[in-house]
Amino acid sequence: MECLIGIDLGSTTTKAVVLDGEGRLVGRGITNSRSNYDVAAKVAKSEALINVRFEMLKRALREEARLGETLASFEASLLAGYRLECFLGSLRRLEAHCRRDLENARFEDDRPAMQEALQRIFAGVEASARRVFEPGSVARSDFFRDLAGSSYVELAAQVARAGGPSFDRLVGVYDRNIIPVENETETRSFEELLLEAFAHVPAPLRGDERAIERLLREVSTRNFEVVRTVGTGYGRVRLPFPKDCIRSEILCHGLGAHLMFPATRTVLDIGGQDTKAIQIDDQGVVTSFQMNDRCAAGCGRYLGYIADEMNIGLHELGPMAMQARRRVKINSTCTVFAGAEFRDRLAAGQSREDIVAGLHRAIILRAMSLLARSGGIANEFTFTGGVAKNPAAVRALREVAEENYGKLTLNIAPDSIYTGAIGAATFALRDVLAAARQS
Amino acid sequence: MSIVVEQKEALDARIAPLLARAQALYEDLDLRAVQAWKSEDPSRRAIGFLPVYAPREVVHAAGALPVGIVGGGDQVEIVRGDSYFQSYICHLPRSVVELAVSGRLAPLDGFLFPSTCDVIRNLSGMFQILLPGKFVHYLDLPQNFDRRLGGEFYQHEMRTVAREVGKLTGIEVSDERLRASIVAWNANRAALRELRALRSERPWLVPTAEHYLVLRAGYLLPVEEHTRFVRDYLAAVRASARHPLDNIRVLVRGAFCEQPPVALLRTLERAGCYVVDDDFLQGAHLIPNDVREDGDPWEALSDAFLHGTVPTASIYDEKAEKGDALVRRVREQRVDGVILMAPSFCDPALLDQPMLQAALEKAKIPFTSFKYAEDTGQFQVIREQAGTFADAIKLWGSA
Amino acid sequence: MSTTFVNLSSAEERRAAANAIKDQSQERQKELIAGYFSSLAQAKANGKKVIYTFVPGNLTELIANFDLLPVLPEINALQNGMRGRTGDFIHLAEKGGHSEDVCTYVKADIGMLRSGNVGPTGEPLPKPDALLLSYTGCFTFLKWFELLRAEYDCPVIMLHTPYQGSGQITPAMREYVVKQLREVVIPKLEEISGKRYDEEKLKAALARSARAEEDLVGVLESAKCKPSPIDAYFGGVYYIGPIFTAFRGTQEAVDYYQLLRREVEERAAKKLGPVTPEGALEHERYRLVVEGPPNWTSFREFWKMFYGEGAVVVASSYTKVGGLYDRGFRHDASRPLESLADYCMGCYTNLSLPDRIDLLARYIEDYEADGFLINSVKSCNSFSSGQLLILRELERRTGRAGGFIESDLVDPRYFSAANIKNRLESYFQMIEAKRQRV
Repeated sequence: MECLIGIDLGSTTTKAVVLDGEGRLVGRGITNSRSNYDVAAKVAKSEALINVRFEMLKRALREEARLGETLASFEASLLAGYRLECFLGSLRRLEAHCRRDLENARFEDDRPAMQEALQRIFAGVEASARRVFEPGSVARSDFFRDLAGSSYVELAAQVARAGGPSFDRLVGVYDRNIIPVENETETRSFEELLLEAFAHVPAPLRGDERAIERLLREVSTRNFEVVRTVGTGYGRVRLPFPKDCIRSEILCHGLGAHLMFPATRTVLDIGGQDTKAIQIDDQGVVTSFQMNDRCAAGCGRYLGYIADEMNIGLHELGPMAMQARRRVKINSTCTVFAGAEFRDRLAAGQSREDIVAGLHRAIILRAMSLLARSGGIANEFTFTGGVAKNPAAVRALREVAEENYGKLTLNIAPDSIYTGAIGAATFALRDVLAAARQS
Repeated sequence: MSIVVEQKEALDARIAPLLARAQALYEDLDLRAVQAWKSEDPSRRAIGFLPVYAPREVVHAAGALPVGIVGGGDQVEIVRGDSYFQSYICHLPRSVVELAVSGRLAPLDGFLFPSTCDVIRNLSGMFQILLPGKFVHYLDLPQNFDRRLGGEFYQHEMRTVAREVGKLTGIEVSDERLRASIVAWNANRAALRELRALRSERPWLVPTAEHYLVLRAGYLLPVEEHTRFVRDYLAAVRASARHPLDNIRVLVRGAFCEQPPVALLRTLERAGCYVVDDDFLQGAHLIPNDVREDGDPWEALSDAFLHGTVPTASIYDEKAEKGDALVRRVREQRVDGVILMAPSFCDPALLDQPMLQAALEKAKIPFTSFKYAEDTGQFQVIREQAGTFADAIKLWGSA
Repeated sequence: MSTTFVNLSSAEERRAAANAIKDQSQERQKELIAGYFSSLAQAKANGKKVIYTFVPGNLTELIANFDLLPVLPEINALQNGMRGRTGDFIHLAEKGGHSEDVCTYVKADIGMLRSGNVGPTGEPLPKPDALLLSYTGCFTFLKWFELLRAEYDCPVIMLHTPYQGSGQITPAMREYVVKQLREVVIPKLEEISGKRYDEEKLKAALARSARAEEDLVGVLESAKCKPSPIDAYFGGVYYIGPIFTAFRGTQEAVDYYQLLRREVEERAAKKLGPVTPEGALEHERYRLVVEGPPNWTSFREFWKMFYGEGAVVVASSYTKVGGLYDRGFRHDASRPLESLADYCMGCYTNLSLPDRIDLLARYIEDYEADGFLINSVKSCNSFSSGQLLILRELERRTGRAGGFIESDLVDPRYFSAANIKNRLESYFQMIEAKRQRV
């Protein structure tokens, strides 16, 4: 199959999508951007292509394998098994790195104790991973670093409490070795992984094993021809791509939003470290844009600081703000002062919910000023980026936008995180079509 | 840090209504007071002026009400104002533009932008674009203090303002009218001098925030009314039973343009500092002494500006005396220490600071400095800083 | 085969011609500036007295009239910025009590002073015998010289230059400046130099100024050609160097601008693009008008972000800060002091905001620009405050794409290369996408 790929290298996550030759979206993948953009791009791309194969596999299973009522359970189980295998692969590499680390002179005094502790921790991480990757269970994150890390830290604390090596010493080993592991990629082929995943599927769901195995092999080895890849996003300059395969994220976001909601005229993207206000025409061509200045005030990262300050998860912030009773006016959207203002207000007797709602409104006001600089808000209005998932931010945006620009259609796509990648992939397709027309 | 017992006494029955009125005027960002004044006579006009100083006598003589525009403080939510200014520009123009584009300055028929700094200068051009058709004048105050040079130029400027405002009111500014206005403002200056003298003498009678609100009322009320208001307040506080606290006496410099929120002023006092001299709303007392009431009134106003102003950062310090003047002021007012508080990104105030600091260091006068914005929402740091400053002076006589 | 050969050869020829031209005028410019700095280093030894003054509204002909030498602190700051010295200077000034918020030209100057007052070329700078505060278009100048006065304990000569708040120079404004020149500036300069004011000498100098100004306008307006033979911003700052500093009114300036104009006209005739640090630009892809000063600490890197994408600046407001000549103003020997007054009040940063918008809109039309770009510098409120309204108005009036980036003059902390490159690339790609749409 001929396909086109778009990759969006963001400051926190890297996204990839695959289009088929007709421009249909057939796969998507996401990973954390880690310290190495090159690897992040590779991983996101391979995740997206794997996603394509899974979709193909589902279609083939439906058409050929006659699994009947167990089809859905089979798919879920196979996917969970696949995820588990990938996880275990990374975990084994991590363990190998950590064990090599123990050969270092700094462990001369407590090497055996450390070895034993690692043994227990890694066994524990694996056991908990097997529970996490039960079909149907929802993981807190898809990223190896997050899953393995939280489990490792928890177990290290237990081991330390039980008289083993100190917590800091154990976590130090993890911290030193997670980065190289993240920058390595899976060595097994998709086919191998899939067959191992199949081995995890419980017997009652397996159907005609030989037929399914044949199918798995066949889909795994189908040939994809990636005709063109276009990269975008903040890290794009670091991609080892030729210059004409790189597009600005402004253009990609504009086009991506247009493809998702063709009547879009204004796009607001609030990501971790930057906010973009983009105006587009009826073909998705950018006519004007503004980005936040060098300080990250009012970006997603600001909410992250507040969540840290309150010791809660970022995703809990929006729902908390939805409980607000009163409007509190927050003046500082500066990440440096955010914590101080928050504490001052708590001390002054204001409720957490009200303050947090005020903070959401404050970042939306910052975004409004960028929107105004770029030319205002025209209908329809599409909101993308990580912060678009936050219900309190969406509510504040709708309020402030309508107060200032009247009734509007506000679009938010569930997979808006892929907006830039979709734009990039579409640019890839257009480039190919244009080249074909020329020759 | 000092623990300051708040003055919990119930407000004197005579002070309370006056303060309520001043507070209402302070919060009157829609300029309802101006609308009310104008509604009494449809031919009335009102002219806004920005910091620091404009000769209000001229506007008054042309039959219009001069209204001080000093931003929105911490009361205004900035929705559009920020879209016109980069993050490194001070806060005042954001709220001023917010007020303008949201229609809250509509009761004003024109605007004077004095030559205070580059931001206010450029704001004059922005108003020409944002409010087409309104009278917008950049008021170039002289930086040459020779009567025949700067003085003549300034008189020409004032006459231009008089003519333009006169076109709006239909009133030609005669010498008589201008003289009468000078008399009215001299009465106001006399009342303010008395107020400031009382504050310096018995600062517990005139808390900083109250003094500020009383002064601020003069940016909205007709001058005659404001003078009565100041006198009423003076009478009320003199008769009050307020008691002194163990506070140090401080002098504040740097806040002549963008104004600190009132809560910040209260914070200073609660942290143990009586502000006995300051440059808040500098335009109201830039010329502290009376303007000559006889002779040519234009010349009198001009002379007062050329030679009768207190030093402030936006006026060229021709004789290099601002440091000495500050030290002298400290001595005259028997001040224990100086607070240099400047708005963030305020070039005139912040560039002045090293020179003022050098003078204070040389004279061994304790000082502390911090930055604020008109919408500063947190006072913890300032409370601690001012409190430590006050405690150090109380304990050791120096900070 | 032969066609290829001929083409190749002509391309080589073009490159060689380009480099030759670059050598001649650039060498001359370098010589002038270097000569100026060494004359400053030797000023005291040669018994010369020194006047510190600012670029906008500088009274170079008048200073020369008394055989005084001008020192321009902004030039020192920007030259130090280009040589990577300002980071330390600014740090030093901030340690000495200056706020992080304020103008970095001032702090770079104070820092240099604290470090022994060695100028950008490594030669010492002479102490001032007076500070001529002809403060045009910038309130910070006033504070700057108040600060320097405290350091040097020397007289300040104040020239209050009224602002064109209503978009024009009124007779009262002109009269005020002329009177100050006659009654304050000239007598004080006489006193300091011990020399009499010589009006005939001034007239001759002003006549030379006008000739150089005429040629400068010719150079800047050559950018109306397609392709433009010059970059009117990154190259422009070199072209304005002599006339904005110590050379206006001198024969050297007349000769330099004649030479420069001839070279530029030759380039235009040959359809050559502007000279960049990496040779002549071969393919002009974007024509831009730029508002705001450049960043000096990463000047080359910043420039490359433009020429690397084939972007050429065809007109800029920054090259008008030391004199706005393309609307017809010339120094005029027949009205010497009046024309000096008009010059002071006519510099770009002394224009009202609506007038600045008119000027930029005219540039966008006259120079057939694809768009305009604002480089907003943190230091300079005179330029920056109101630029976002300029952006909005220009977009509305011209329909051309506007870009907005932020940096600083000489504070290396405020130049984020990745951030600026990201915006510029997006901006250029947007112009390209719009073009393809049409």
